[in-house]
Amino acid sequence: MVLGVGDVAVGDQREAILVDGLTRTQIVQYAGASGDFNPLHTDESFATGAAGYPAVFAHGMLTMGIGGRLITDWVGDGRLVRFSARFVRQVWPGDTLFGVATVEAVRSDGRGAYVDVSLVIRNQHHLVVLEGTSTARMDARPSARWGWCQGDVGPRCS
Amino acid sequence: MTIERFPVEAGHVLMFARAIGDPNPVYADPGYAAGTELGGVIAPPTFVEAGAHFDPDYPLRPRPGEPWFGSGREPSGTAAGRGDGAGLHAEQRYEYHRPVRVGDVLSASTRPGRTWEKVGRRAGRLTFTETVTEYHDEHGDLVVTATSVSVRTERPVDPEVG
Repeated sequence: MVLGVGDVAVGDQREAILVDGLTRTQIVQYAGASGDFNPLHTDESFATGAAGYPAVFAHGMLTMGIGGRLITDWVGDGRLVRFSARFVRQVWPGDTLFGVATVEAVRSDGRGAYVDVSLVIRNQHHLVVLEGTSTARMDARPSARWGWCQGDVGPRCS
Repeated sequence: MTIERFPVEAGHVLMFARAIGDPNPVYADPGYAAGTELGGVIAPPTFVEAGAHFDPDYPLRPRPGEPWFGSGREPSGTAAGRGDGAGLHAEQRYEYHRPVRVGDVLSASTRPGRTWEKVGRRAGRLTFTETVTEYHDEHGDLVVTATSVSVRTERPVDPEVG
């Protein structure tokens, strides 16, 4: 699925439960796949006994990776041109994460059409854990749904 | 950090996609991916992080015969203490020049970015440091520009729940 101009409007939202009770095993999976073996994330004995944290906690990049799906499932695969995230709070084993993606802008320039989508992820306490922004390339085709076209945005608009 | 050779392999992309809980077949199924506009399997947006496996000097991977700061006989195998000496990850930004594809052989080089300070409520004085990593393909074309911001804190961050 790929978005075309006219398929979305500013303010459109998608939301999802991104993970229901994060497991230590998923954090371990991420450590193995990413290569980030910092024991703060996977080694309860170290995290509590040496580092002074109440438990291990997720890699920020795991939360960003989990949240990315909400955007890519919407804007289409391989369409991102930018994706940024601020890690606001730590994510702990057992946390449930809720994501909300919002269309912030739909725009076009000489090179194509783009959609800006923000991402906010909250935990079960309604506290924000991640704030993200993204930009994805849209198709400039006339939308079948709306039957109009931003005439200056691409070859398919002729 | 310099990574000379980061081959983007199908099994690695599959494991990474599983780890982030994304069952999208475009990351795993060559037959499906061939029928999309991409023409083949791509990697999830944050996959370039996994280049750490190919960084010979990556500090967060144990090495045979060398002390490791994680637990063994004791909660930490070194006297290093908290384990976040390199800083916690505060922010990450990616700019994609094209999707990362299975079969790419990437290289990466890192340069320092900006540094700034602020005083935080939950962890004392915070020092932010930016690191910019450029991932090129085997033809020398830029594929992804990644900017990582790490923060060093005075004390462990309070969990702050409820």
